[in-house]
Amino acid sequence: MKVSCPFCGNVCDDINFDGEVEREKLCPLGESKLTREKKRIPYPMVEGERVSYDEAIERAVEILLNAKRPLLYGWASTVNEAIRLGVILAEKVGGVYDTTSSVCHGPSILATIEEGLPGGTLGQAKNRADVVVFWGCNPAEAHPRHPTRYSVMVKGFLVEGRRLRKTVVVDIRKTATALLSSKFYMIKPNSDFAILTALRSIINGNDSAVPNEVGGLSKSQLREFAELLLSAKYGVIFFGMGATHTRGQDRNVEALIKLVQTLNRHTRYILQPMRGHFNVTGADAVACWEAGYGYAIDFSRGYPRFNPTEFSAVQLLRRRDCDAMLVVGSDPVAHFPFDVVRHMAKIPVIQIDPHYNLTTKVANVVIPSAISGIEAEGTVYRMDGVPVRLKKFRESEFWSDYEILKAMLERVVERKGGDVVW
Amino acid sequence: MEFTLVTARTMEQGMFVEDKLSEDYFKATACCEMNPEDMNALGLKDGDRVRVTTQYGSVVLYVKRSVLDVPRGVVMIPLGIYANRILPSESGTGTPIYKNVRCRVEKTDEEVLSIEEIVREVVG
Repeated sequence: MKVSCPFCGNVCDDINFDGEVEREKLCPLGESKLTREKKRIPYPMVEGERVSYDEAIERAVEILLNAKRPLLYGWASTVNEAIRLGVILAEKVGGVYDTTSSVCHGPSILATIEEGLPGGTLGQAKNRADVVVFWGCNPAEAHPRHPTRYSVMVKGFLVEGRRLRKTVVVDIRKTATALLSSKFYMIKPNSDFAILTALRSIINGNDSAVPNEVGGLSKSQLREFAELLLSAKYGVIFFGMGATHTRGQDRNVEALIKLVQTLNRHTRYILQPMRGHFNVTGADAVACWEAGYGYAIDFSRGYPRFNPTEFSAVQLLRRRDCDAMLVVGSDPVAHFPFDVVRHMAKIPVIQIDPHYNLTTKVANVVIPSAISGIEAEGTVYRMDGVPVRLKKFRESEFWSDYEILKAMLERVVERKGGDVVW
Repeated sequence: MEFTLVTARTMEQGMFVEDKLSEDYFKATACCEMNPEDMNALGLKDGDRVRVTTQYGSVVLYVKRSVLDVPRGVVMIPLGIYANRILPSESGTGTPIYKNVRCRVEKTDEEVLSIEEIVREVVG
C-alpha cells in the first residue's frame, strides 16, 4: 500500500509500504523519519517518576486548571483531529493557543491577513509553471523531494520538465537549491524588501525610480530579473524563512504578495510559502475554523483575541505572562531564543511527544504519544492546504495525541462544565 | 572579526531533529559554516573551534569550511539550541529575528558544550 511521509510540508504520499517501508522513494529526511530508530519517551512521567497514562493526564489537567493563563503550544506535528481538541482545550482553560508558525511563517500569515494570498496548489506549480522562483528558501535541504515532485525536474502537463522551465533562486548564500537553478541572484542580507520594491517599480514601468544598485543587484540585473519574471506563461514564487526571519518580516512577505499581484496584471503567478512541519498548515487552518485566527490566540477573556506581538509563545514567555505550558509535538527548549527558555524552566510544563527531546528535560509531566502518520492516523494539510489522509501502518503501545487530548478535555469539561461536540 | 550571523535549516539538522540526544544531532548543530577566505583570515581550519558572540550571548562552536558559498562576512549556524543561545527574542511581529544578527567570531581553544551542558546553561 501507499503511505505518506509525516516529516515536511511536502507530505509525499507515494511511499510504498509492504510490511516495511520501501526506501527507494524516501529523501534523507523521510528515511530518517520512517526508518531510523530514535530515543522514545518510554512511559508517562510526573517529575521524572513513572506513572500511568491516567495519573499523568490527571496531573496535566490539574496544572492547566490551576493556571491563570496556560500556554498551549506546538501542534505542527500532529493531525487535525488532535489539533481541534487542542484549540477547544485552550478555550476551556482560558489559555493561549499558539503554533510553531509563530517562530517561522507567522509573518507570512500577518501579510496574508493584510493582502490576501494569491495562492495555488503544488499540482498547479508542477503542471503549469514555466518560471519557478525560490526566494529565501532551500528545498534541496528542507523539502528534498520538492524539486523532483513539484518544481524543478518534474514533468508537468504543460511544461515538460527542467529544459522548458526557468528556475531562479534568490538568497544571501549559494544554497544547494541554487545549484539546481538556471539563475541565481545573491543578494545582501536584509535587502529583500528593497529588491522586491525595485522589481515592482520596473514591472510597473517606473524604471527611472530605481537606483543603480539595490541589495547587491545592479540595475541591469534587476531589469533582467523583471524580464525573466514577465516571460512566464505561468509563474510560481516559493518563499521561506529568508523572507520571514529577516528585517522587514511581514513587510517582506507583503512585498512578495504585491509583486505577485503586479505580475498578475501581465501574466499568471501564484505564491506559496514553504511550510516546514508536515502539518503546520493544519495547526493554523484548524485554529482558523475553530476560533477565527491561526495562531497566537488568547482565550483568557472567554473569547478569542489575536495579537502575535502579545500572545505568540516567545513573547508570552518573554514577558513571563504565562504560568503553565502544554507542549504538543514540538521542542521549544531547542528552538526558542535562550532567554525565554529560562521562564519555561520556572513554570510547570506538560509535554506530549513521541520522542525524547530537550523540552523533556524541563517538563514536569511527560506523556508519550504514538507517532502521527506512522502509529496513528488522521488528516493533515500539505503546505498548499491540500488535505492528505495519513494512515496508521505500525502498531504502538502508546496512545495517540487525539486519545490523550480527548481524555484531558473530558476531565476539564467534567470539572468546569459546558460540553464539546466530539 | 565582525560577521553577519544567519541560521538555516540543513539536511543533517533535519535528519536528526527527532533524535536530539544523539551524537549525530550534536555534530549537526554545534557548528557553523564560514567562507574559506574568512577562515584563512582568522587562521582557522576545518574542525577548529570558534567563539561566536552577539550582544545577546556567546557560544563555542566547531567551524566548517562552507561546502557551497557562504559569502565573506557571513557565518551560518544550523537551527537549534546552539544558535538560539545567542539570538534575541524581542520582535515587532512576535516572530524572533533568526537571521542577519551582527556577531563577532574569534578562534578559541575552549571546549564546545555538550547537548546536556548547553541545556543546563540555557535553562540556568
